Amino acid sequence: MIHSLFLINCSGDIFLEKHWKSVVSQSVCDYFFEAQEKAIDVENVPPVISTPHHYLISIYRDKIFFVSVIQTEVPPLFVIEFLHRVADTFQDYFGECSETAIKDNVVIVYELLEEMLDNGFPLATESNILKELIKPPTILRSVVNSITGSSNVGDTLPTGQLSNIPWRRAGVKYTNNEAYFDVVEEIDAIIDKSGSTVFAEIQGVIDSCIKLSGMPDLSLSFMNPRLLDDVSFHPCIRFKRWESERVLSFIPPDGNFRLISYRVSSQNLVAIPVYVKHMISFKENSSSGRFDVTIGPKQNMGKTVEGVVMTVHMPKAVLNMNLTATQGSYTFDPVTKVLTWDVGKITPQKLPNLKGIVNLQSGAPKPEENPSLNIQFKIQQLAISGLKVNRLDMYGEKYKPFKGVKYITKAGKFQVRT
Amino acid sequence: MSSEASIYNRPSVLDCFRSSGNSWFQKRNLKQMLESSKDSAKLDAMKRIVGMIAKGKNASELFPAVVKNVASKNIEIKKLVYVYLMRYAEEQQDLALLSISTFQRALKDPNQLIRASALRVLSSIRVPIIVPIMMLAIKEASSDLSPYVRKNAAHAIQKLYSLDPEQKEMLIEVIEKLLKDRSTLVAGSVVMAFEEVCPDRIDLIHKNYRKLCNLLVDVEEWGQVVIIHMLTRYARTQFVSPWKDDEVVEEYSENNFYESDEEQKEKDRKVKNIYTMDPDHRLLLRNTKPLLQSRNAAVVMAVAQLYWHLAPKSEASIVSKSLVRLLHSNREVQYIVLQNIATMSIQRKGMFEPYLKSFYVRSTDPTMIKTLKLEILTNLANEANISTLLREFQTYVKSQDKQFAAATIQAIGRCATNITEVTDTCLNGLVCLLSNRDEIVVAESVVVIKKLLQTQPAHHGEIIKHMAKLLDNITVPVARASILWLIGEYCERVPKIAPDVLRKTAKSFTTEDDLVKLQILNLGAKLYLTNSKQTKLLTQYVLNLGKYDQSYDIRDRTRFIRQLIVPNEKSGALSKYAKKIFLAQKPAPLLESPFKDRDHFQLGTLSHTLNSRATGYLELSNWPEVAPDPSVRNVDVAESTKEWTGILGMTKKEKPTEKFYSESEEEEDESTNTSSSSRCLESNLHLHCLENCIFRTKTHELLHRMSGKGLAAHYHFSRQPGIFGDHMVSVQVTVTNTTDQKIENIHIKEKKLPPGMRVHEFNPIECLEPAESITVSMGIDFCDSTQMASFQLCTKDDHFNVNIQPPVGELLLPVTMSEKDFKKEFAAKTVHSGSLMLVTVELKESSTAQLVINTEKTVIGSVLLRELKPVLSQG
Repeated sequence: MIHSLFLINCSGDIFLEKHWKSVVSQSVCDYFFEAQEKAIDVENVPPVISTPHHYLISIYRDKIFFVSVIQTEVPPLFVIEFLHRVADTFQDYFGECSETAIKDNVVIVYELLEEMLDNGFPLATESNILKELIKPPTILRSVVNSITGSSNVGDTLPTGQLSNIPWRRAGVKYTNNEAYFDVVEEIDAIIDKSGSTVFAEIQGVIDSCIKLSGMPDLSLSFMNPRLLDDVSFHPCIRFKRWESERVLSFIPPDGNFRLISYRVSSQNLVAIPVYVKHMISFKENSSSGRFDVTIGPKQNMGKTVEGVVMTVHMPKAVLNMNLTATQGSYTFDPVTKVLTWDVGKITPQKLPNLKGIVNLQSGAPKPEENPSLNIQFKIQQLAISGLKVNRLDMYGEKYKPFKGVKYITKAGKFQVRT
Repeated sequence: MSSEASIYNRPSVLDCFRSSGNSWFQKRNLKQMLESSKDSAKLDAMKRIVGMIAKGKNASELFPAVVKNVASKNIEIKKLVYVYLMRYAEEQQDLALLSISTFQRALKDPNQLIRASALRVLSSIRVPIIVPIMMLAIKEASSDLSPYVRKNAAHAIQKLYSLDPEQKEMLIEVIEKLLKDRSTLVAGSVVMAFEEVCPDRIDLIHKNYRKLCNLLVDVEEWGQVVIIHMLTRYARTQFVSPWKDDEVVEEYSENNFYESDEEQKEKDRKVKNIYTMDPDHRLLLRNTKPLLQSRNAAVVMAVAQLYWHLAPKSEASIVSKSLVRLLHSNREVQYIVLQNIATMSIQRKGMFEPYLKSFYVRSTDPTMIKTLKLEILTNLANEANISTLLREFQTYVKSQDKQFAAATIQAIGRCATNITEVTDTCLNGLVCLLSNRDEIVVAESVVVIKKLLQTQPAHHGEIIKHMAKLLDNITVPVARASILWLIGEYCERVPKIAPDVLRKTAKSFTTEDDLVKLQILNLGAKLYLTNSKQTKLLTQYVLNLGKYDQSYDIRDRTRFIRQLIVPNEKSGALSKYAKKIFLAQKPAPLLESPFKDRDHFQLGTLSHTLNSRATGYLELSNWPEVAPDPSVRNVDVAESTKEWTGILGMTKKEKPTEKFYSESEEEEDESTNTSSSSRCLESNLHLHCLENCIFRTKTHELLHRMSGKGLAAHYHFSRQPGIFGDHMVSVQVTVTNTTDQKIENIHIKEKKLPPGMRVHEFNPIECLEPAESITVSMGIDFCDSTQMASFQLCTKDDHFNVNIQPPVGELLLPVTMSEKDFKKEFAAKTVHSGSLMLVTVELKESSTAQLVINTEKTVIGSVLLRELKPVLSQG
């Protein structure tokens, strides 16, 4: 299946290569570079490229291209999903998935890749198993290792791989037993010129951080499980229980993981927590324009909207912008033409406003279209869909764990057309 | 290089990234380190070497020094040596042989993980000389007790096959053996090997089909993808098409499931010639459905394509919701999923219509995603939603991404041709776009308008005039060519403008693009034929220019046209028909989706994405006209029970643990089981000692032939996992006719049941010939009580009261438990409420034992205790 993997940075250097079968020459990447050149933008590099002898399937994550070389028919999503899993694992191990992190830990990266694939077929992709095989680097451990000469490779053998619950290792022990759940909901929306909603939906995830000793068997129930329209599960969840009782019952992996992700049924109206008043216009033949945007809160259930950031991709003809913000600060990058306004918290008494003059290239035609505004925001302690965790029960272990649930609502792809 | 400085500060691992000037010195240094007696030095050296490999630098000269360390006690050194070996063994075959004996020794290690990793490395060393050793190792590993080792054996099969394809026959034998394996660990890997080595040996799958379907949920996600793809191909060869006609009688599992051996019914159905889904076909669809909820996009896509290719059309739509969910994922996943949706939406619009808005485009999407979404929106357009869509398209046309704006104009054109009601609206909109400032937009509009006008032979003189005016400003060749073609084609509708246009273009002929030059020639020719008085000289001028053009294409065309239209002594009969040739009615171009022709590839495959056959693509066969014999998939009961007990410790789901059933012959085995199992548990949870316990069923009498006036009935508990629903116990009833006449219409009536108890009746038996007997199955929900279920067994003209009382063991189901718990106790749960029941047998000295039963259901518990006790004390 997966023959080789090349990691390529933005400037086109191949900084890591790994082959699971016979060695494939680096020159195969030339086809990739060709496609990259053609695409201009990194986002537009096609994920699947056909070359005379191989197929290249690539993903772009954190400024790195993961390019895999394939020789025969394989579901492309299989490879893409796997490459993302590799990137996730790096993230998990090194805290970031960057070129420097990978170069610094090249040996661990190699050991990981060796365990994750056998002959191009995924072998161990569960982070719990991998962590048993290869311990993630920490500063303390690297100091200790350099003194004692011990290694990062676990000398215990991975028992998880053999059991029915491969996601959990045996013999977990904590002095403080804790289970935290973060319910994170993202609003994807398109708002049109007049302020009415063209499209809106809520995508949510429950991320868990579980540090419980032994083999706990948890069941998590909701006040209103019917809200969840379409759910995807971590493999640990017992599907039958959910089907019959709408209860999430599972033996959790150890540590951080995504329990479920869900979509809230589209029949429910989505409450849009902010509104935007905008006045963007470009004058004919005067090489200038006006820009005036106000953001205000709306339907936020008494919670403050914070972390508000607006980004706008201005038309190419824009040279510069002279604006004043009543709150927060703005930057305009004249090269990429991106305007970023970091607003912060919205207080209903004094609505944040950004206005001023847009300077256009002289002689250039007036831009056809007003740019759309991308808004980010955060609301703590609120799940906008109204989803509520009812209770968490634990079976199979005797201690009393500390339990916590946190709700947060964020803007996903939230776009206002102007 | 900015990273240079930081590298110097970091002493150990990254030294190898330093400039290669001192590489010779470095390598000598490394050699010394590898030969040192200290593990830390060796480890450091190995880390540097791996760093070199990762960089793609050659480190093969160090082979002899590295290979010596293959037997190192330090696990990390060992692992890094393995990494090195896998990379370079192919190049240094002779030296690589030195390491083989180490692996051979490790293959016999008592620890399963060491055995597995030895096999993994041994099979990854691509040295042809060791093929026999590999073959032997694989054979041995395939019957290893540990499923993990067997999994690695399955992986090794593919490696050996790619190294030496001549081993195919032997490998197929191993695959056949491993396919029978019931461990979820092995399933995915062996199917992968099957796909690689012998995908055409579909006969190997028959016997394992049902098992694979049932295991599927518990297989790891990567294995699921492979198995689902394989089963899709399998199903297309084995079942008949569920799409044939409208009067599809759907038999939803319940009744007919597991009853494929009932030949009688089968025949009846065939006579009626109504399509009934094969229960095995249904089994596959049902068991894959939960996987739509997987977090892995590849699994979801695999199930979606399975439903697309196998499910009745009415059911396929359940996958759309999950596919739309994937659109929230990464760019790359979106790209593939959207491509597949595009293909689906052409054939079955209805599937994605409810999710129309999910395909709306955001200005931040990458262009390739935008165009795919647009494609889908266009496919989904219909009379009902077209106005909304056109409004949405208006926004897109103004997009800063001009490539996308152009694609939108194409899309509008397609909507206009497909939905006649909006053709005029679209055309007007497009004409408005002609005054757009952006040239690409205008050009694209011109091209689309040209196509639209062609499909609409109505009078559009105004639009053509408008476009003729545009010719002065537009510079994009395609657009200019399109306008010229339009004017030429409809020159009779714009008799005044056309010659003028020719005049203008004749002036600029030399500076035009080739594409435009060709159209100028065409225009000239057409005008010459219709209006030769005004344009004769102009056309000849143009033809003269064309004669000396640089492009031979244009010279050719000029010569061709001249011969056709200008009559001279050499011109043949053709010139008489010149007008017919040039001004014939041209068929309008079809505006089609670029995804139209992709549907012959299996969805979700690489070939589908590339729209060309990838190497190793396996064609999906067409449905067979007549289904092949379904009985090939039947697994005979004795064999299956043997296997089930064989891997008792590993299977997770529904397995009938015989131990708890109340019948006496079972109980005799009870004590031996206990002792033997505890012994076997030490050897990796394998209870093959249980193989000798034969699974016998005891039949009870339901109706004696004397009291039944010649109709006799017996029943037994089939112990198949609940086929009538989770709470039902399945009962097999055998009815025999001992009279010398036919008995007709045997059915159940007048159930007198205690509260809560339910009976799922068997289908009435229409006719029973003399001396014939028939077995039917029914389900009874005993509500976890040992009370009798009484009902009447009726024939056409008589009825008999009968009752069924369950032995307590039949009310229990096995429960999965960890190895640790298993040593102490047996667990079961009751069929109806699923209450747990724990049986603990504690052997004490002097052959006394303590039997404890823990359960919520006190009645069943005490009955069970009463029945178990004498049996155990006998043993």
